[in-house]
Amino acid sequence: MEEPLLTIEGLRTHFFTSEGVLKAVDGVDLAVPAGKTVCLVGESGCGKSVTARSILQLVDRPGRIVEGSIRWKGGLDLAALDPTGEEIRRVRGGEIGMVFQEPMASLSPMYTVGAQLSQALRLHRDLSRQQAREEGVALLRKVGIPNAEQRFDAYPFQLSGGMCQRVMIAIALCCDPALLIADEPTTALDVTTQARIVDLMVDLRAQNDMAMLFITHDLGVVAEVADEVAVMYLGKVVEHGTAEKIFNDPRHPYTRALLRSIPKLRGGAARRRLTAIRGMVPSLRQVPEGCSFHSRCDHAIDGVCDTTAPPLKRHGEAHLAYCHLDEVPAERLDPAVQVTGRSAVEEAEPLLRVEGLAMRYPIGGGLFRKPAGFVRAVDGVDLTILPGQTLGLVGESGCGKTTLGRCVARLIEPTAGRILYREESGDEVDLAAVTGARLKAYRRQIRMIFQDPFSSLNPRMTLQQIVGEPLRTSGIAGGSELRDRVADMLTRVGLRPEYMQRYPHAFSGGQRQRINIARALITGPRLVIADEPVSALDVSVRAQILNLLTDLQEELGLTYLFISHDLSVVEHISDRVTVMYLGKVVEDADTAGLYRRPRHPYTEALLDAVPVPDPALRRERRTPDTGDDLPDPAAPPPGCRFHTRCAHVRPESCRTDVPELRAYGERRLAACHHAAQLTLAGVGSTAREVGTGG
Amino acid sequence: MLRYIGRRILILIPTLAAISVITFVVIQLPPGDYLTTLTAQRAAQGDSMPTGELARLTERYALDEPVIVQYWQWISNILLHGDFGESFDYARPVSALLAERLPLTIALSVSTLIFIWVVSFPIGVYSAIRQYSLGDYGFTFLGYLGLAVPNFLIALLLMWIGLQFFDLNAGGILSPEYRDAPWSPAKVGDLLAHLWVPIVIWGTAGTAGNIRVLRANLLDELRKPYVVAARARGMPERTMTITYPVRVAMNPFFSTIGWILPGLIAADAITSKVLNLQTTGPLMLRALLAQDMYLAGAILLISAVLVVIGTLVSDIALGWLDPRVRLRY
Repeated sequence: MEEPLLTIEGLRTHFFTSEGVLKAVDGVDLAVPAGKTVCLVGESGCGKSVTARSILQLVDRPGRIVEGSIRWKGGLDLAALDPTGEEIRRVRGGEIGMVFQEPMASLSPMYTVGAQLSQALRLHRDLSRQQAREEGVALLRKVGIPNAEQRFDAYPFQLSGGMCQRVMIAIALCCDPALLIADEPTTALDVTTQARIVDLMVDLRAQNDMAMLFITHDLGVVAEVADEVAVMYLGKVVEHGTAEKIFNDPRHPYTRALLRSIPKLRGGAARRRLTAIRGMVPSLRQVPEGCSFHSRCDHAIDGVCDTTAPPLKRHGEAHLAYCHLDEVPAERLDPAVQVTGRSAVEEAEPLLRVEGLAMRYPIGGGLFRKPAGFVRAVDGVDLTILPGQTLGLVGESGCGKTTLGRCVARLIEPTAGRILYREESGDEVDLAAVTGARLKAYRRQIRMIFQDPFSSLNPRMTLQQIVGEPLRTSGIAGGSELRDRVADMLTRVGLRPEYMQRYPHAFSGGQRQRINIARALITGPRLVIADEPVSALDVSVRAQILNLLTDLQEELGLTYLFISHDLSVVEHISDRVTVMYLGKVVEDADTAGLYRRPRHPYTEALLDAVPVPDPALRRERRTPDTGDDLPDPAAPPPGCRFHTRCAHVRPESCRTDVPELRAYGERRLAACHHAAQLTLAGVGSTAREVGTGG
Repeated sequence: MLRYIGRRILILIPTLAAISVITFVVIQLPPGDYLTTLTAQRAAQGDSMPTGELARLTERYALDEPVIVQYWQWISNILLHGDFGESFDYARPVSALLAERLPLTIALSVSTLIFIWVVSFPIGVYSAIRQYSLGDYGFTFLGYLGLAVPNFLIALLLMWIGLQFFDLNAGGILSPEYRDAPWSPAKVGDLLAHLWVPIVIWGTAGTAGNIRVLRANLLDELRKPYVVAARARGMPERTMTITYPVRVAMNPFFSTIGWILPGLIAADAITSKVLNLQTTGPLMLRALLAQDMYLAGAILLISAVLVVIGTLVSDIALGWLDPRVRLRY
């Protein structure tokens, strides 16, 4: 067998902190063959990034490689090199390139991207300033940056996240490395941008014939790129095999659990409860004895799994798993969720109707300056939510979904439009016209769950204060009654009431999001606006929170406005979906219909960009590349706003006339001039199938 | 960049106007006007004011006119003739008094600023890169000492050391034998030998503060992803540190020019007194005690204008240094 390009053996990288030794990487064996893509997956805190950084000796203090070897091209042991020495620096950037998670933050804001690119070039290659510039522009062109000549002199903050990631890729590729390490390169990006960056990396890998070590927690992305997959849990590789094997015949219970906990695009099939992995990744301070996964494993054998480290088992050629079980019993699928009473509900009067809602923000301006213009974050939006239902609101970042949510919650004052909310008595109130103290009553009935579980909780307040605050400020309860209600609510969201006196820092991201939910539900609201409530969470925790939201909806009869950029999550939870683009609604339809057969090209593009966690469905070349960037929202394109990126743009009317939101069939609306003629591809269907079939 | 500077300068004009009005209000605050103060003082000394003198001063400061006219008279004299009024305490024009003291004050301030930069920059960078090393702790200790000990105490200590061990009279700016002597290389040497004392004294607090700020900033920057990214493309550690994180962490150096300069000009009267330095500090103190309002007002006005100019300078410097400031503004 050919010698792999990179062989990691028994790697241990430990962090020597004041609270003890954290074994972030604890005995990893991994090989990256030349010209192949190896994916490293696992939840956060499993040691994926530290493994990648150990390869280039980039682990910061107090971390240190304590054991193991990293053989590069069969010779040099990278683990033994001095982290600041000459030799490792030749490898970094010269032979191994690296791309990071946050593209914007990975470039210094003080220099142009060109300056940083040419510096990298001149570091490893003997080029003059002028040659470096020419080479740099050529590289930018290669990674698909339009107007490369001008963009070369742009600062990172003048480019979008996707552009910055392309620049980072250009820098990583500048010396034609044999291996590219990509550490969650698309996690911080929008779904459409993610698809393009993944495509680009796959293409470049093939063109340059290099190997790639791709780290991600997104199994959809793994299915798109991987030849081989290594699953990591608590500093160890627990399963390693080809992509086909891992997805079709996973042997380790953790791999299986991960695969089952992701919501899949189901194209209108019945909704199932997600099977979440119990609990969360244990802290590195308390790694369980024996098999480290036994504490969350459904198949753990008492007296074996919790005492003895699992043996390595081979399942055919190049498929290894560390598990005591020879054959993991198949899990029973949870029955499809019974959608009870929903059809009856459809006759009901809507709980919320939004009419012509607009919100614009001035650009620039100040004491002595007139604003240079306005960003129309929300520009004439109509929405309807029926009681007891979930309306999903999707779109790329910058399309105005969050602003819309905040307007409905009346956290900000809309510029124009009406927000008609039906009170329990059946009367409709225009919330946009209610101001001041009168809003207080509605603040109890309409509540919000925020995205970031870390910054949306005051670190100086205890759980009781945080969750009980809405009760106190609206004068509903105080004293022991407040305590009882908080305790009850904490139990409902799956937290122990004993935690009431603790502070948020004592909790993990998932638990904090539960606190966030408890705070939203404590006043007994009727409408809950959830703004990207699971985007910041790991897959297994995400499944837990989604299940919790579904359960609470049934228990309490809640109505959700669910804002997210993740289409599979939205499909999982929503009855109806509204798609927004640049402040306008482009499509509005029942979930199944929208996903199976979109009516607007933008919806098609979004659906197409969702990575499907099945290597067999790996996409061939998709819709033509149309540039990553959302047009400037301050100067939206004339006519149909999407025409600059639309794959189906036609010479007539698209560029000049603004399309109205029109009805196509029952209960579906789309704003496209050609919606009636177009056959667009949805989930589980290609345009051709739709074309011949319908 | 030119537009940016132009706009900053345009904003200066209303700011300066507002400052002048406030200063004028301060001058007017003590009960009675300049003349009543002057007559009262003369009367206390047993003198009486000659009537002609009284009429001349009334005319000069437009004291029998409405306040607006008085203000106009005052500010136009300053702007057009450089005439800040008269100090009744010294019985001399304020401008003459300032001319004696301002050059030394400004020279000292600027040298102090440079001293602060030169000393705090390398120490701050060192402290951040070698965080929690012996050197870092040492400098941190010295820094806190510098921040905590009042300047006049350091002044006394230095004078005592100078006298005790080096037979050097640290007070004043020149040794007695050179005070009236013509300028010569020896006199310049003597000047320099004295100058370092106030610079070190005034610089300690600023240096200590700057070290802390630079250290904290640089520590933040060193943990940013772009540092790891730069390392990952194989940059040598030293070049990388200087080109990327240090350049970002330097911003506070420039943004503080605005308040270091005027702070030195107006505030440190005590140290100047202790060291017997002819700066504007003691002048201001005495003017305030004696309610010599034209003098006090003039110093106030100049300090305020220096704050504004200092801010402008630091804004321009920041714009030049940091593209985010330059291009986003």
